[in-house]
Amino acid sequence: MIEIDNVHKHFGTLHVLKGVSLNVKKGEVLSMIGGSGSGKSTMLMCINGLEGIQKGSISVDGIDVHAKATDLNKLRRRIGIVFQQWNAFPHLTVLENVMLAPRKVLGKSKQEAEAIAVQQLGHVGLGEKLRAFPSRLSGGQQQRMAIARALAMSPDYMLFDEVTSALDPQLVGEVLDTLRMLSKEGMTMIVVTHEMRFAREVSDRVAFFCQGQIHELGTPEQIFDSPQKPETADFLRSVL
Amino acid sequence: MFFGASLSWNDILFMLSGAVTTIAITLASVAIGTSLGVLFGLARAGSPWWISWPIGGILDIFRSIPLLIQLVLFNSFNSMFRLHWPTYLVACLCLGIYAAAFCTEIVRSGVTAVPTTTRRAARSLGLTWFQEVVSITLPMATRIVFPSWIGLALGVMKDTALVLWIGIVELLRSSQIVTTRVQEPLLVLSIAGLIYFLMSFPIARLGAQLEKRWRIQ
Ligand SMILES: Nc1ncnc2c1ncn2[C@@H]1O[C@H](COP(=O)(O)OP(=O)(O)OP(=O)(O)O)[C@@H](O)[C@H]1O
Ligand SMILES: [Mg+2]
Repeated sequence: MIEIDNVHKHFGTLHVLKGVSLNVKKGEVLSMIGGSGSGKSTMLMCINGLEGIQKGSISVDGIDVHAKATDLNKLRRRIGIVFQQWNAFPHLTVLENVMLAPRKVLGKSKQEAEAIAVQQLGHVGLGEKLRAFPSRLSGGQQQRMAIARALAMSPDYMLFDEVTSALDPQLVGEVLDTLRMLSKEGMTMIVVTHEMRFAREVSDRVAFFCQGQIHELGTPEQIFDSPQKPETADFLRSVL
Repeated sequence: MFFGASLSWNDILFMLSGAVTTIAITLASVAIGTSLGVLFGLARAGSPWWISWPIGGILDIFRSIPLLIQLVLFNSFNSMFRLHWPTYLVACLCLGIYAAAFCTEIVRSGVTAVPTTTRRAARSLGLTWFQEVVSITLPMATRIVFPSWIGLALGVMKDTALVLWIGIVELLRSSQIVTTRVQEPLLVLSIAGLIYFLMSFPIARLGAQLEKRWRIQ
């Protein structure tokens, strides 16, 4: 379970998160929607400790992410994150991209790591591309590789930050299909997305971010069909 | 007797032994310069200003004072303070630090060219800072700045000629000695030039080969 309690985050003088509280249960799929600059990406970065927080707390399975004593490198094994930019490691083949963390972080042997990587890459439909370098892949393929790379650590949680925003429209579908598959398999996911139809389809709950706060939280039906706050309704009108 | 009146095989061998000294000093200096350059470059790229600026400032001094002056000064300190360091060590340290000053900026520019998001993606997989630097940042940066680094290495090789001023007999000095004996300056210098070229050529070729291989990626 991810427990976010009254989190405040500043970048210098900019107050980006203003008291966010939220719990995400095991097996749940939560979508975060909201306007540009509302703090969604920052929220995800705080969950795996890539960004610090100034107030409040975030804990993952009872471990306080921002406590001094917490071994973040260890905690991050359990939280996969995939970003908008594909972030392939360009000097490594597709297979090596996925093998890297199991080898370095989990200490797997070359054979074990390769077996894991082959399996995960097959899972996201890249079984044919193992020896290719990322520059030879399409954006959608690179993004699926990034997903396989995160999955290779067998994380308990997956965070997705607008993973389709930088893709050509015809490539969005294949990446969303991969996310659908993960949700069917019971992966706990937080998905920041601008794809409203997708959010409605896969989410158990939807959180609407506005100016650094969760303005409205509810089931997809509640948020999309009968939003209670005028800001939510305005936002949905602007994107649909 | 070959070539002209008095140039002998022994003279050529003497010059070749000078070339070996040139190669040895080059390798040692480039090794020192690159190791320090990577350390300082990483520090310059990833530290707060109060670490980054002093390093940059001190290295700027070494970059802007002519190498010859540094060699002569360093060598004089060596005897003034009775350090009794071998002249070769003085030469390698001096050239090494001089190379490090340039290499630091090369490394810094390479490291800052690696996208932050790529580095974050690596850290998010649970890699430590050190693991990330070794497996992601340095390989990526190397590919970006490799041509500059090859240029630096070739430059250091030519700069080794200056160590003759502190009494080391490397390729240029050995050529001068031969010249004073046989009085054929043009011939001897042409041979020396050819040897310099033959030493640089493999480095430049190796660089081109690696670049080609990396471009395929
Ligand atoms: N590293 C940073 N330093 C300073 N300000 C930042 C940094 N990262 C984000 N911000 C600022 O924090 C605010 C929230 O950014 P964030 O990226 O979390 O928004 P977002 O909801 O993900 O928006 P988008 O939909 O555009 O991705 C923005 O005003 C942004 O400019
Ligand atoms: Mg964002």
